[in-house]
Amino acid sequence: MRKTALSEEILLQVEKPARYIGNEVNSVVKDREDVAVRFAMCFPDVYEIGMSHLGIQILYSMFNSWEDVWCERVYSPWTDLDQIMRKQHIPLFGLESQEPVKEMDFLGITLQYEMCYTNILQILDLAQIPLLATERGEDMPIVIGGGPCTYNPEPIADFFDLFYIGEGETQYRRLLDWYVENRENGGSRQDFLRGAAQIPGIYVPQFYEELYHEDGTIEGRRKLYEELPDVVRKEIVTDVSDTYYPLRPVVPFIKVTQDRVVLEIQRGCIRGCRFCQAGQIYRPVRERHVDILKRYAVEMLQSTGHEEISLSSLSSSDYSQLNELLEFLIEECGQKHINISLPSLRIDAFSLDVMRKVQDVKKSSLTFAPEAGSQRLRDVINKGLTEEVILRGAALAFEGGWTRVKLYFMLGLPTETEEDIKGIGELSNKIAATFFETVPKDKRVNGKVQIVTSTSFFIPKPFTPFQWAPMCTKEEFLEKAYQTKKGIMEQLNQKSIKYNWHEADVSVLEGVFARGDRRVAKVILEAYRRGCLFDSWSEYYKNDVWIQCFEDCGVDIGFYTTRERSDDEIFPWDFIDCGVTRQFLLREWKKAQAGVVSPNCQEQCQGCGAGTFECGICPTAS
Amino acid sequence: MKIRIKFSKYGTMKYIGHLDMMRFFQKAIRRAGIDVKYSEGFSPHQIMSFAAPLGIGMESKGEYMDIEVCSMTSTQDMKEALARVMVEGVDIISVSVLPDNAKNAMASVAAASYLLQRKEGDYPVNDLAEKLQAFLALEAIPYTKETKKSVVELNLKEGIYELAADGSNAIRMMVNASSSGNIKPGMVMEAFCSFAGVEIPAGSYQIIKLETYTENAHKFVPLDAV
Repeated sequence: MRKTALSEEILLQVEKPARYIGNEVNSVVKDREDVAVRFAMCFPDVYEIGMSHLGIQILYSMFNSWEDVWCERVYSPWTDLDQIMRKQHIPLFGLESQEPVKEMDFLGITLQYEMCYTNILQILDLAQIPLLATERGEDMPIVIGGGPCTYNPEPIADFFDLFYIGEGETQYRRLLDWYVENRENGGSRQDFLRGAAQIPGIYVPQFYEELYHEDGTIEGRRKLYEELPDVVRKEIVTDVSDTYYPLRPVVPFIKVTQDRVVLEIQRGCIRGCRFCQAGQIYRPVRERHVDILKRYAVEMLQSTGHEEISLSSLSSSDYSQLNELLEFLIEECGQKHINISLPSLRIDAFSLDVMRKVQDVKKSSLTFAPEAGSQRLRDVINKGLTEEVILRGAALAFEGGWTRVKLYFMLGLPTETEEDIKGIGELSNKIAATFFETVPKDKRVNGKVQIVTSTSFFIPKPFTPFQWAPMCTKEEFLEKAYQTKKGIMEQLNQKSIKYNWHEADVSVLEGVFARGDRRVAKVILEAYRRGCLFDSWSEYYKNDVWIQCFEDCGVDIGFYTTRERSDDEIFPWDFIDCGVTRQFLLREWKKAQAGVVSPNCQEQCQGCGAGTFECGICPTAS
Repeated sequence: MKIRIKFSKYGTMKYIGHLDMMRFFQKAIRRAGIDVKYSEGFSPHQIMSFAAPLGIGMESKGEYMDIEVCSMTSTQDMKEALARVMVEGVDIISVSVLPDNAKNAMASVAAASYLLQRKEGDYPVNDLAEKLQAFLALEAIPYTKETKKSVVELNLKEGIYELAADGSNAIRMMVNASSSGNIKPGMVMEAFCSFAGVEIPAGSYQIIKLETYTENAHKFVPLDAV
C-alpha cells in the first residue's frame, strides 16, 4: 500500500492533506531501482497554484516518458505544515515516492514570478539542502532554475547550481545523459557543472563573477574557466507541432486554480507591446497545427475526465486557425457536456458569437486591456488598441446582452502625464455612456451597466524596450492611483464604474528583483531568515521586514527601481541571448519616447533578432 | 436508468474529503465513458447522489453512490470500466440497477456499521466485551453534542443497534445513520470512555465503515440489496 511521508496525525491536522499525499490520476510511480535519474520538479508555491501550471506538466510527462528517468512533483508546503516540518525535522519529499528530495539527483524549480523568491529558500531549507550552491556537498541534488525569471537570474544566482535558459524540451536529455556519464566515470559535482556549462542554454552562475564600477553599475563579468561561454543563448522548440505534450496530465483531487484541460495553441506573440517581457522572450511566434490540437483536446479530455477545456497563449486572437479550432471544440464539447473556457479574445463580431455559444451572457463579463488611458500613451507602449475599436466592441457586446466590462490599465508607464491618467476615467465613462446609448431603457437588464476598472503598477522588466526606464516610487504610485480614483469620481457615469488598484509595496519589491543583480541575493536570504515567505500572498507579505532587510544589508532600493539608466549601461542579464537584440530593444525604447508605434510581426518584420532561430513566423523560417 | 455503485475507500484516499470524492467520481465517470445523464439548464451536471458523506480520516468498505445513465451494456461492463479508471484506495465493489421508483441513496440510509480498529496494541480496557455489554445495557446513554451554534443533549441509546468487542483491539457497532438521527462512531466511543473511566484518544483507532444499510420491511439490509 502507498506510504505517506507525513504521519496520519500530521495529515489530519493540516489544511487540505490532499496537497501532500500524491496518488492522483495520471501521476507516475516508477520503481526507484529501475531508473538512473530521479528528478524533483518544483513549483515554489502552494499545490493549487503549482498544479495549474502547464510548463511543469509538459516537463513531467517528457521526463517520465523516458524509461530511465523518474520525475516527481514538489510544491511549497503551506504555512501550517511548514511549521510542523521545521519543528519535527521532516525532510521535504516528492509527492510520487513520498521520499526525501535530498535523495534525488536533481531539484528543478520553475521561476514564474519574482515574488516566489523566498519560497525557493523554503523549498531548499525544508529539503535540507544548503541554501547556497557553493555549500552543497557531492551527495546533494543539482538545483536547477527554469522559467521566465531566469532571463535575469542574477538576484537568485547564489542559490542555484545551474539555470536552464529557454524552453525545456530541447536540452534536458543531453543534460541528464551527461549527468549519468559523469557519475559512471566517477566524476565530481564540479566536473558535472563544468561539462553542463558547455551545453546550449545552460548557465552555471558560480563560474562567473560580476564586476562593478564605483557608482555601483556593472563593469563586466569575469569567468573562472577559459572554455566557458560568454553568452548563453536561450533554447527554443522550432517545431511546436512535433514535440512533447502532456496527453495524460495529472488530475488533482482538490480543486486547483486551473482545473481543466489546457491546450497551448501557440508560443510567442506578434504584438510587441513595449512593457511586456513575455512578448519578447518567447519570440518568434510559433503556431501549433490545428489538427494536432484537435487530437490533443480529444485525448486529454478522455484521459483526465475534466469537464472544462481552455486555450493558452499570449494572444489567442492572433492564432490563424482559431475559427476552425473553436468550431471543432464547440461541436465536440457540446455533445459531452464540457465547458469551454475562453481566453481573453479581441472583442469583435466573431468572438462575441463564440462567447454567446459557450458562456452564459448574463453571467460573463468582457475584458479589454487598453493598458493606458490615452491614445498618445498607448502609442508609447505600442499597444495597438484604439478607443474607436474598444467602443465599437463594447457597443456590439451591449447589443448582444452583456452588461459587465472589465478594463485593465497600468499606472507609471514611461512619459505618463496627468492627462493620460485622466484618460482612464474618461474611457471608462465613455464605455458606460455607450451602454446607455446602445441599449434602450426597456431592454436594460437590471437597468444598468457594470464597469470594473483595474490598474496595476508598471514594473520595467529585462529584455523589454522599457528595461532602461525608471520605475516610480511607492509614493508616486499611490498618488497616481489617487488621481485615477479622482478622475473616475468626476465622471458622469461614475456610479457604473468600480475602481480597483494593485498594492504598491509589493510592486516596488518586484521591481528590485526584476532588474536586480547579485548583490540583491543577500537581502532575499536575510528576509527569508526573518520569516518572509509566500510574498505573493498579500496576507503573508511583510513589507516592513523587507524594507528593514534592505537597510540592514546596505542595498539601495532606488538604485534598482527609480534610477535613470544610460543607453550603454551594462545590465545584469546582458550575457543572455534571447534572440531579440539589445539594438532592437534600444531602437524601440527611442521610438517609444517619440511616441512612434511599430508594426507587429504579422505586418512587417522589425528585425528584432529572433529571426536567427529560423522558425515560426520569421521570414528566415524555412 | 438508475444505477447504484458500491465502493471502498482506504489508504491515502481517506484524506480526500466528501466534495473532492464527488469531483473524483464525476471525472472518473467521464474517463470510463459511461453514458451518464446530465441535469438540464445552462451548466448541466451529472445526476449523482452519495449515500452519506464519509469524514476525512475514515475508511470504508461500504460507500454508495447513485447515478442515472441514458444507456448501458451491462452492470459487469460498467463495473470493469469504472475499475479501470480508479486510483489506489478506491475499489468498485458492485454496480447494480435500481428500480425506477427507488429512493436515492441519501434518502435511503437508515444505519451504518463500523469497525473501530486500534492502530497499535489493545484497547486500554479490561474485559472489553463485558464492559461494552454493560454500557449498552444502560437505560440511557446521555451525550452532549456541541456545535458552533448550539449544545444539544442526546440519548444515544436508541440509536445504537449493536455494539460488541471484536477481540481486544477492535470494536464493532451498528448505529443510526439516517439524516434525522445520525450517530457518529466517535460519539459512541466518547460516551463509552466516560462510562468505563478510560481515555481513548480519537487518533488511536481507525474507523472503518463496514456497510451502509437501508430499512426494508423493518429489517436493515445493505443498500445494494434493494
